[in-house]
Amino acid sequence: MTDPPSPAALILADSRFPGGGHVHSGGLEQAVSQGLVSGLDDLAGFLAGRLRTAGRLAAVFAAAAAHAAARRVRPAHWVALDAELDARTPTPAQRAASRAQGRGTARAALVAWPSPVLADLLAVTPRPHHAVLVGAVHGSTGGNAGQAALTTAYLAVSGPASAAVRLLGLDPFAVNAVLARLGPALTELAAEAARTAADRPADLPAPSSPALDLLAEAHDRHHQQEVRLFAS
Amino acid sequence: MPADRHAHDHGPGADHVHPVNFDPTAAEPDRHRAEPSAGRAFRLGIGGPVGSGKTALTAALCRALGAELRLAVVTNDIYTTEDADFLRRAGVLAPDRIEAVRTGCCPHTAIRDDITANLDAVDQLEQRFPGLELVIIESGGDNLTAVFSRGLVDAQIFVVDVAGGDKVPRKGGPGVTTADLLVINKVDLAELVGADMAVMVADAHRMRGALPVITQSLTRTPDAPEVADWVRGRVARVAA
Ligand SMILES: Nc1nc2c(ncn2[C@@H]2O[C@H](COP(=O)(O)OP(=O)(O)OP(=O)(O)O)[C@@H](O)[C@H]2O)c(=O)[nH]1
Ligand SMILES: [Mg+2]
Repeated sequence: MTDPPSPAALILADSRFPGGGHVHSGGLEQAVSQGLVSGLDDLAGFLAGRLRTAGRLAAVFAAAAAHAAARRVRPAHWVALDAELDARTPTPAQRAASRAQGRGTARAALVAWPSPVLADLLAVTPRPHHAVLVGAVHGSTGGNAGQAALTTAYLAVSGPASAAVRLLGLDPFAVNAVLARLGPALTELAAEAARTAADRPADLPAPSSPALDLLAEAHDRHHQQEVRLFAS
Repeated sequence: MPADRHAHDHGPGADHVHPVNFDPTAAEPDRHRAEPSAGRAFRLGIGGPVGSGKTALTAALCRALGAELRLAVVTNDIYTTEDADFLRRAGVLAPDRIEAVRTGCCPHTAIRDDITANLDAVDQLEQRFPGLELVIIESGGDNLTAVFSRGLVDAQIFVVDVAGGDKVPRKGGPGVTTADLLVINKVDLAELVGADMAVMVADAHRMRGALPVITQSLTRTPDAPEVADWVRGRVARVAA
């Protein structure tokens, strides 16, 4: 990506963006409670894995949504993207978490960047997937598919990273350095996602992560029984 | 309270009114009121330090107002459903009228900086119960600076207790100085902890100017009659 990132991309990637992201840990809380992540090394592994699976899936759909938004696609296209991402998100808990963040981001976006594209999308999918909504905002504010992919891929790891700081009391400088080391992977993944941005929704890649699926479901179950501080 | 009119070094023509009073000890009503729109429930925030009696007050208000207002409750507890469970056990509200919000270890963020999760919970309750008149949102216990965003609530109550020491009101902070109502709870414990009520109340009024202060004990008056009256007044003002 040679273009400078759009200001909207920076705002959407900011942890202070008021879209409800701070209550989600992307499976990290469950991984911590099962003893799978207890220190920096585990966290680095968790984030690298998350980036290449859930992060890549989000990036692929954000890129496709940015591409679609820039072309003001017909509403049926938004329905198709929504259904295809649903099909690639096997657990109800993850679908709910994605839609909760999509709805939250939409609420903020309608105030910040109202547009006919956003109105179209929300008319057919009032609780959109997070990646699709973030991509659509990029595409409707002049951002490109690669930027949309980079933002969503980054969000897929930055949320769990800050959850780790809060849950495990890890050194924030060290955690930030773990994120920074993912830089080259993020760039590569965003560029790759941009290459499929114009594909038909059904043809988009479908990376999966059964471990994250299981963690999400376990987290949801434990909500009912014991202490959980994050919504996912 | 009058706006901050003073003469400081602005050169000639300096007799002006500051839009905001920067004196941390000065209290005044929040000028930037959220407009409670007709057709949705009145949203009341209840905040304050850990253990001051927020859930107990919420339960009291449900008991006192449940028969006359269609109401529901959102709890924000880092300990997940504990507060909601308490309300259910207390039998003051049907379980489906209580939504528990998880705050990701940041109770103040969820009521102030990023109110998304709470707005979602309110939306869900309003969809489930069309015609809701009052939604009480209880914050997770936090510090004296944690206040609700005006984007989330129409009015807010800040609850402190005497067991925290009689110094609390004079420490100030946005909760004490700007909340629409300050409740000093657990006055039954004042003697036991050596808290001087006269000092506490005087400090509270000094910090808050014209804003109201209510002292109460929920063990003595479990239905919180004075606070319930205040809430009735606020809800009626919008309905009118
Ligand atoms: N003696 C006395 N105890 C009270 C009073 N009000 C509440 N309590 C008790 O204080 C304790 C804490 O009350 P809660 O209502 O749970 O306090 P809270 O502010 O909701 O606490 P968090 O949500 O954990 O921050 C409980 O054991 C209550 O029974 C009161 O007026 N007098
Ligand atoms: Mg409580």
